[in-house]
Order: sequence, then C-alpha cells, then structure tokens
Amino acid sequence: MKDDLTQASPKPSGSVRTQEPPDAAQGAAPAPAPAEGGRDRNPPPRRSLFDGPIVRRALADAVKKLHPRVQLRNPVMFTVLVGSALTTVLLLAGLPDGSLTENLFGALVALVLWSTVLFANFAEAMAEGRGKAQAAALRTARAAATARRRRGGTLEEVPATELRVGDECVVSAGEVVPGDGDVVEGIASVDESAITGESAPVIRESGGDRSAVTGGTTVLSDSITVRITAAPGSTFLDRMIALVEGADRKKTPNEIALDILLAGMALIFLGAVAALQPFAIYSGAEQNVIVLIALLVCLIPTTIGALLSAIGIAGMDRMVQRNVLAKSGRAVEASGDVDTLLLDKTGTITLGDRQASDLIPLPGVSAERLAAAAHRSSLADETPEGRSIVDHTELRYGIAPDPAPGGSGELVPFTAQTRMSGVDGGGRRIRKGAVDAVRRWVSESGGTVPAELDELASAIAGAGGTPLAVAEAEGGAAPRVLGVVHLADVVKPGIRERFDRLRAMGIRTVMVTGDNPRTAEAIADEAGVDEFLAEARPEDKLALIRTKQAEGALVAMAGDGTNDAPALAQADVGVAMNTGTQAAKEAGNMVDLDSDPTKLIEVVEVGKQLLITRGALTTFSIANDVAKYFAVIPAMFSGVLPALDGLNIMGLASAESAILSAVVFNALVIVALVPLSLRGVRFRAESAARLLRRNLLVYGLGGLITPFIAIKLIDLLISSLGVF
Amino acid sequence: MSIEGWLQFLLLVAVVLATAPPLGRYIARVYGDERTAPGDRVLLPVERAVYRICRVDPDREQHWTGYALAVLAFTAVSFGFLYALLRLQGALPLNPLDLPGVEPRIAFNTAVSFATNTNWQTYAGEAVMSPLSQMAGLGVQNFVSAAAGMAVMAAFIRGLARRGTATLGNFWVDLVRGTLRILLPMSFLMALFLVGQGTVQNFAGKTVVTTVEGAEQLIPGGAAASQIAIKQLGTNGGGFFDANSAHPFENATALGNFVETWSILVIPFALAFAFGHLVNDRRQGRAAFGIMIGVWAAMSIAAMVLESAGNPLLTALGVDQSASALQSGGSMEGKEVRFGPAASGLWAASTTGTSNGSVNAMHDSFTPLGGGTALLHMLFGEVSPGGVGVGLNGLLIMAILAVFIAGLMVGRTPEYLGKKIGATEIKLVMLYLLAMPAVVLGFSAVSAVSDGALSSLGNGGPHGLSEILYAYASTANNNGSAFGGLDSTTWWYAVTAGPAMLAGRFFLIIPVLAVAGALGRKKPAPASAGTLPTHTPLFGGMVVGVVVITAGLTFFPALALGPVVEHLSL
Repeated sequence: MKDDLTQASPKPSGSVRTQEPPDAAQGAAPAPAPAEGGRDRNPPPRRSLFDGPIVRRALADAVKKLHPRVQLRNPVMFTVLVGSALTTVLLLAGLPDGSLTENLFGALVALVLWSTVLFANFAEAMAEGRGKAQAAALRTARAAATARRRRGGTLEEVPATELRVGDECVVSAGEVVPGDGDVVEGIASVDESAITGESAPVIRESGGDRSAVTGGTTVLSDSITVRITAAPGSTFLDRMIALVEGADRKKTPNEIALDILLAGMALIFLGAVAALQPFAIYSGAEQNVIVLIALLVCLIPTTIGALLSAIGIAGMDRMVQRNVLAKSGRAVEASGDVDTLLLDKTGTITLGDRQASDLIPLPGVSAERLAAAAHRSSLADETPEGRSIVDHTELRYGIAPDPAPGGSGELVPFTAQTRMSGVDGGGRRIRKGAVDAVRRWVSESGGTVPAELDELASAIAGAGGTPLAVAEAEGGAAPRVLGVVHLADVVKPGIRERFDRLRAMGIRTVMVTGDNPRTAEAIADEAGVDEFLAEARPEDKLALIRTKQAEGALVAMAGDGTNDAPALAQADVGVAMNTGTQAAKEAGNMVDLDSDPTKLIEVVEVGKQLLITRGALTTFSIANDVAKYFAVIPAMFSGVLPALDGLNIMGLASAESAILSAVVFNALVIVALVPLSLRGVRFRAESAARLLRRNLLVYGLGGLITPFIAIKLIDLLISSLGVF
Repeated sequence: MSIEGWLQFLLLVAVVLATAPPLGRYIARVYGDERTAPGDRVLLPVERAVYRICRVDPDREQHWTGYALAVLAFTAVSFGFLYALLRLQGALPLNPLDLPGVEPRIAFNTAVSFATNTNWQTYAGEAVMSPLSQMAGLGVQNFVSAAAGMAVMAAFIRGLARRGTATLGNFWVDLVRGTLRILLPMSFLMALFLVGQGTVQNFAGKTVVTTVEGAEQLIPGGAAASQIAIKQLGTNGGGFFDANSAHPFENATALGNFVETWSILVIPFALAFAFGHLVNDRRQGRAAFGIMIGVWAAMSIAAMVLESAGNPLLTALGVDQSASALQSGGSMEGKEVRFGPAASGLWAASTTGTSNGSVNAMHDSFTPLGGGTALLHMLFGEVSPGGVGVGLNGLLIMAILAVFIAGLMVGRTPEYLGKKIGATEIKLVMLYLLAMPAVVLGFSAVSAVSDGALSSLGNGGPHGLSEILYAYASTANNNGSAFGGLDSTTWWYAVTAGPAMLAGRFFLIIPVLAVAGALGRKKPAPASAGTLPTHTPLFGGMVVGVVVITAGLTFFPALALGPVVEHLSL
C-alpha cells in the first residue's frame, strides 16, 4: 500500500522546492544545478526490522530494563514482574518439601514468567534500537564544532557550544554551520544531507523564506553570516537526536487512556483470581499459589501491555523513516484523527508553476504574429510562467531563440507592481501581462480594448486557467491587443485518486489558493477536492482553520513561509517544510525534511496505523483470555471436582501441562507479535465501518481462536516429553 | 419448550415493540430541554407548586458535582426518613395489627434497600410492615428511587448530547417530572388493571377464616395493587407479601402475570428510544434497544428452555416431565402451577435483566444452569434492559468502552456521539466497571470461608456457592431478587448487604455523572466516513461482546465452581 502511494505521486522534482528562486536568477546564484531528473536522493540506509546489531543491543537492554523503576511505568508488566518474583520465592521456599515434579513445574512456571517480562522489555528495546542507531549517526554531525564569531568587527574562534542566541558568525565554503540560525548576509549553497539525507545542495540567502540554516549542515560555496537563533543543546539537531532516541518520550493522551484501561483490567483480574482461592477452599480444592499467579498472568492483558510502548516508539520511527520529524508522539497520534486537510494549491495539488498551454489570437491577428510578440515580450520575464511562454512559442511555433535579448530593444522586466513584462525597440513596444494591466496600458496609450479580450479572458479563467494579454504598439500608433496566452495549472498526476482515498477514510480536503474563485473552482473540480478557499490571504488560512476547528474538525496543513506560521501553530497537525523559515519550523509540530507538502497524506496514514495497531492488539489480547480460562480452570479443579473436566474442551493432557501451555503461549505470543507492532497493522484506506469489520474479524475472532490451537499444540509438545 | 411458551415469549416481544417506542418518545419530551410535554395544562401547575413548596428554582442547572450531591443528599434523607418510620411504626397510625417497630438490623437493611432501588427484602411484608410503612415508606421510595435513577440517566444523556456546557440539568426538576409524568400515571393505570385481575387493594388487616378442614387461617389484606404497580414499573421488585409475585394476591392470573412481566420491561426498554430522541439521532436509540433486547431475548430463551427441559435426574428415573393437558411439564420445583416453567423462566430473565428483583418462582429451585442464567444476567451489570435509568447508563458506559477499543481499530482517537473518549472518561469507566465485581467477589469470597456466613446457607457444595454469589450479585446490582435457600436475616448478610447495595448504587452513579460532566464540556466532532458508526449491528454486536466478555472473564472461575460444576455433576 505504502509503495504504490509513492509511485502514484513521484517525489516532486524540484518543482516544490524550487532550487533556484526566480528572483535569485539575477543574483547569479552560484548554486550547482540540480542533477538531471530532479534530485539525487541518498536516503539514510534502510534497516531491516531485525538488524543484527540492533537485536544484540536489544537483548542486553531487555535485561537492563528489569529495574523495577522502569517496570513501574507499565502496571501490567509490573504485575508480571511481581508475580515472577513471588513465584521464584515460593519455589525456593517449597523446594525441600516438594516432589521432583512439583519443583520442576514451579521452576518452569517461574522461568516462563520471567521470560514474559524479558520479552516485553525486548520488544521495547527493539523499537528503540533503530532510533538509537540513527541518533548515533546524527551525533557525528554535531561533533564538528568551532565557530567564527563576529565581535565588534573582528572574528574570533569559539567552540560552537559557547554560542548564544543573537551571536553572528561567519561560515564559509567547506565549513559546518555551528548552530541553527538565519542568514543575515550573503548567499550560499548548503549541503543539508546530514539532516535530510538529501544530497542535492540548497540555496540559503539572507531575507525571504530561504534564510534558515540548520546547525550540522555544510556550506559548499561562498560565505554567509548567520545569526544564531537557538542556544546550544536546543538546536534542531539536538531535538532531532532526542526525538529519534526517544530520550524525552512522554506517554501520549491515547496511550495514557489505554494504560488506564489495561491497569483497570489487571485490577479486575487480580480481584477475580484473589477471590478464587476462597471459592476453591470452599469447594475443597485449595490452590497452589504458583498456579494462581500463572492464571493471573495469563488473564491480565500482557500481550498489549508488553507491546504498547514498542508500538508508540515504532510509530514515531515510521515517521522518521519517511523523513518527517514529529516534535511529539502526541502530534503523531493527532494526525490519525485529522478530518480536514488544508492543502496549498501550488506545489501540492498542481505542479509548482503554471504553464503556457495555448495562444489565442484576437480576430484579424495571425497566430504567428501573436506567438512572436508573446515570445519577445516574455524574454524579460524570469518567472516560471514567463519562461514557459518562451518555451511554448519556441516549441510550438518555431520561433527562433533570441541569442541576445537586449539586442532587439530595451527589455521591460516583469515586476509585481506593473504585472507586465515587455520590450521596447525596433519601432515597436510590446507588452504581455495580466489582462487588466495590459488593458490599462492600452487605454492609457490611447488604444481601444476589443470586447473579445474580456470574453476570451473569462473563458480561460472559467476553465481554470490564467489569461495573459499580449499587446503591441507600432511606431507612434495606439497599441492594439493581439491575443491571449492561456496559462494552465497542471494538476499532479494521481492526485485525484489520493483524494478519493482520503474521502473514503472520511478526510475532507480543502484547497487554498490565491486564485480567483472561478479559477479555483475549475482546479478544485479537476483535482477532486471537497472544498476550496479562493483569493486566500495568509490570515484567511488562519481564519479557515479556526472555523473548521470550531465545527469540531481536526485540521492538518503544511506550510513553509513566515506567513504560514500562525496557521501552522493553530492547526492540530502543522507540518513545516524543512526548506521553510525558522518561524514556520517553530510553529509546526512536525518538520518534513523532504519538504514535500503531499506528505501530509502519509502522515495521516502513519497516525492511523499507530492507533489501529494498538486497538488490534488490545482486542487480540482480551480475546485470548477465553481460551486460557478453558485451559487453566479445568486444570486447577478437575482433580477434586472431576465434573469440571467437561470444560477441558481442548483435551489437554494434564493439569501441569495445561497450565504450562497457557503461560508459554502467553509469553511466546509477545515475541510473535513484535514484528507486527514494529511494522504496524496493514492500513487500508477504507471507511471506518469496513476497517472495524475487517480488524474485528482478524484480531477479535482470530484472537479468540488462535490460542485454542496454539495452546493445544504446545500441550502436545510438553506432554510428549513425558514428564507431566 | 412448549408452543405456548414460545407464543408467550413472542407475544411479549411484540407488545414491547409496540409500546416501548411511543413511551420512549413521551419520556424524551419529559426530560428534553424544551420542557414541554403532553399534559402540561394539568401537570405543569402541580409541578410549579412542588417547586415553590420545596424552594427549587427549576431554571437553575447543576454541574455534575451539584447533581451528584443532590442525588446523594436525597438518598441520605430518604434513608433516614424510612429508617425512622420503620423503627417507629408501632407508635404510628394505620397499624391495624399493632405490629411493633422493625428491629434495627432489618430496618437498616430495608431502608438502604428501598432507598437504593434494590428492594432486597429480609422480612416478610405481611408479618412485619404496617400499612403506613408500606405506603408512606416503601411505596414512596418505590417511586422516588426509580425517578432518581431516571434523573441520573437524563443527566448522563444531556452530557452526551450537549455541546460545550458544564451543566447537566437540575436533579430536583428531573426527580419531580419523572415521578409526576411517568411513574405516577402509569402506576395508576397499572394498579387499576391489577385490581381487575384480583390483586388485593384494601386496608383490611388479617381476615380470619375457617378452612374446610376446620382449621383457622389468617388471610392478609392491604394496599397491594398500588404497591405492586410501581414495584414492577419502577424496577423495584420488593414484594408486598413474602412470596412476592408468586403469591396469588400479588399475581393472580396468567394475564396478570403477562402484563406484569411487560410492566417490568417497558420503561427500561422505552428509555433506549428516549435516548435516541434526546441525542437527536434515533438510530442510536434503536441500536441501544437492539442490544438490550438481544441479550434479554437470549437469556430469556435460555432460562425458559432450561426450565422447560425438566430435571435430568428425574428423566433418568423415567418420570414424565413433558407438557400435557394435565401438567405444565418441565422442572416444576419451586414454581407456581398457574405459571409453569416457561412463564417462570421468562419472568426470571426479565427480573434479573432489569434491576427489578421480584420473582414469580423460587430461583433457588431452578435447574443449576437455569439459576445460573439468572445469576449471570445480573452479573452482566443489568444492562438488558436494566433498571429504570441505571440500566441505560450501564449500557452507555459499556458502549463507551466498546467505542474506545473499536475506535482505535479504525485509526482514530475513539469518539462516542462525536465526543472524544480520553483518559478521564476511561478512568471513570474503569471505576464503574470495577465497583460491582469488587463488591460481589469481595463479599462472596469472605462469605465462602467464614463460619458465620456459611451457617446461613440452605445448601452445601456448588449450590451453596451459587447462593452466596447470587446474594451479592443481587444486592450489588440493586436487583433485590432472592435466590432463596440463603437466610438473609442473619447478622452477616443483613449488615453486609447494606454496603453492597450502596456501592452498587453510588459507585456507579457517581462515575456516570462524572463522565457526563466531562463529556458535556466537549464539543462534538462532525461525523464522517472515518467516524466509527455506533448505530450499526456490527457495533451493537461489539457492545454485546464487551458486556459478555467483561462479565464472563471476571466471573468465569466463580461460576465454574457454582452453577457450572453443579450442572456438570448432574
């Protein structure tokens, strides 16, 4: 499921994270162009679930975690620990008086109970293992550590650990950025692979949305001055290490609730088993306390109790594997609850830029003439849209590339104020730009604007495109409109299917765009989003999130700019792009190191998978108890009350082997489920009703039946040894 | 089971299906926030007068704590008043037989019992209670303890339905409206019907008659019909006579028996529909009803079939136990001939599925599994359909637990009716779930090994253990039915039943109100395809699973050593 998701929408190649900002083009950026075909990804080495060193380390950690302080955090497993200890004491105390069989039985029960605790520890240690290995790798990035700090016009060499917030330091090519900060001077290409695993360098420059640099990254060219924004010890890298290592892991709200449920169940079973002894005495069948402990351990939900923390850690880890850093487990959990996704149109739903798709001349104008004018007037337009017009006219109309743009006249560059670009020279003035800007230019210069222009323009807008007008003034004559360029948004391939899947999961998508409502609607239709917000300003986004939340929705969004920061903070799940500003990264509760806004969808799926895994194993754990009762209760009482052997529906060989089989199953099932809890239950994009039906069938009914079979098999094995 | 048995069962289902939905709609109007209901013209002035006299401001809403305190205070005062009345009845009027004051142990037990809607009886009504005690004491409690249970339910539903408010309504208003608009009118009609069927209703003491054999016999009278109407409708169950509904003066005819069975069930079932109306989603109400009636039907059929099958020991001896024109067939020990095993099994399942506790046959004499069915039905926590108000509360608590586990399995933080279920709610749900088993298992365990308690047993062996378990299951679930056999008047049982009944009432009501308070403050999330639907048969089945598995896992060992081993030993 995961894999075809990635195939459905290939990693955007440079379109999302524009390696070369358009207006940096004039700045003669020294950045090496991204490699052919987008990026040269160098993902962190993917480890298999049972990597040799991780397993070895986890085995050692499993023993270390026997410390009661660690165990106390988990009431269910603490109960097992106490039970194991008590069994051992009882066994040792009873050794001199017990028969060989009795002692052997007691010793085996004690052994299995201790194993149960160790298996739980092992599961947790396994889940932590991958993060620890990754943290070790990250630490090497942090090790590099001197900074050239600017002090009153001079530079002094200081250890990076002495940098304070507000310090400015100079970092030149080949040096490691000493801490998180903003570029206040200069522009440089930076290798961020230590953090993101992405080897293609990125541009970092002062001002704008690309000013943030991260400590531990390497400057490849040029020199920048960085103002430090994070104190040593609380840098992004430090937090990342702490996160993947799980050093300050706190229980998430749902985990706490589930813990209470499990502790409550353990208490109920403790009561049921404690009351059983008086009932047994009444019935003339007083029980060996070791057997009662074995029954208790079988009944309390050890399976989910043992795996609960491993599931949570593995959930965080799955985010890290997808190059998303969640600042807390709470954020991961919340992402499963998201029911509204706010997606920026550009870069998320459509390819980054609009592309010229058609030229439509006005009556009396030849297509070639319009193409030539559009081509020339766009030479001074360095925006992707402008370049797409140049490419389109050259490709489709065979217009020769202009070897020396300045040669044919004086270029009028595109600016946000004029919203036009053009060229003056050779006795003519050509302008291309927004329809209303061109119309104003024409009428101000004494020309008339034909009614067809507006018709064409609104037809294009209605179809989701952006119309640009092209006009030309020959000599001193009044300008005349030649025609219209149709700029179209290109909806990303496969995006509609993704939205369909989200809808099946009950998640609504809202497209946010600065476009006018008609354009927005057309794209919304094509992409299949549920809602759109047109002509949106950053504050509208914030207001929309608040409205949705007031309706009870949980909202997720992705963003990168400083403008996005308030909305990112307001959203329940805010994924900041790593290329974004420090403000955005601070405001969001996750950072996507790949800076891919479509990853929101994967984030939601990981969150859901985490909760499903917990629910599935809880159900499984509780359903298991039925079979264990049918194994243990007849074993306990059929000696004195032979009629109760009627409950021995599995036909287990003897009382001892029945009880042993139950506890052995109880311990082994933990190990058997470690891979599932680390990998997570398979997630399907389906409605809640269907998911419930499937999971109830697999984990509820499966949990009911499996132990009957497994306990019987273990019993066959034990009884074949001929001891019991 | 005989054809007649099946027909009786199906007819009862049909009558419940016909009557519960409209009654539920009416009840929803009584507790709805609009506070307009049919009969306002007559009843509203009465209601207002009550508020004026009691100095209650009907528009002042209470937080869950205020509501809980009001319930507790009301019960405390009820207990004190009833205890004093019973102790002093010898000096009070309306005492034609000059009965002395009730002895302290029994007065304590009875006062707790009636104030908590348990109606566990450690006395023989006709021999101990004066008509004044019956009417002003026990009768009044029959009404108000039932109304208090429904009030708590109304508050709980408000917590589920309201958006972001901390208040749950006003207990005094809910108490008055529930009594005045639901219990009183229904009881009035029911009492008239019962009188028509031959149930006694007079102020006579005991009539002395000479039997055909020449012996002298005392025939008791009293205001029985009015008491019995509310004892059934309010799921109280405390009999006017010692033999409870097996007594012909309480339950005279087959038709009366049928209607009384219906009257035990109708309000609890109707409350499920009222719930649907009050949360503005009738599908939720139908789902709750489906769960309730599903479990009730299964347990009823089990009890009816088990009792109709006859005693296997007698079968082995070649005794004819089949139904015929001359005999009702089946296992007839401890049953009334005019009801037979099917109607007795049906009543047994109905009275234990609700917190009613009246009996028309002696459960102690049921077959091991038949009696075990009644016992297990109480141990489910009485949610099928449960006592008035408290049954629905229990079911909704179970639904929250089911939603918590099922909700995780669909990949979202669990939510019920749009309200997220978090640590606070789960903590309270677990407190609710722990209370009843702790009381039942705790007291039963001590009773099983202490000589003082063992001396009360009527039987030894597994059946004795069943008697112990039944006593505490009945008191802790505020059921009040007696298994018989066990002498509940001994010091140990009379005293320990008190805390068992109080715990069974308030350790459940307080968490329920706390959950309501916590949920009331939350804003509901809109439903989507990603929301777990809680009105589907699948979810209903899941709630049934949670109810059965929770009770099953908790009580399996105890039941195995009681009814199960007794059955297997037959």
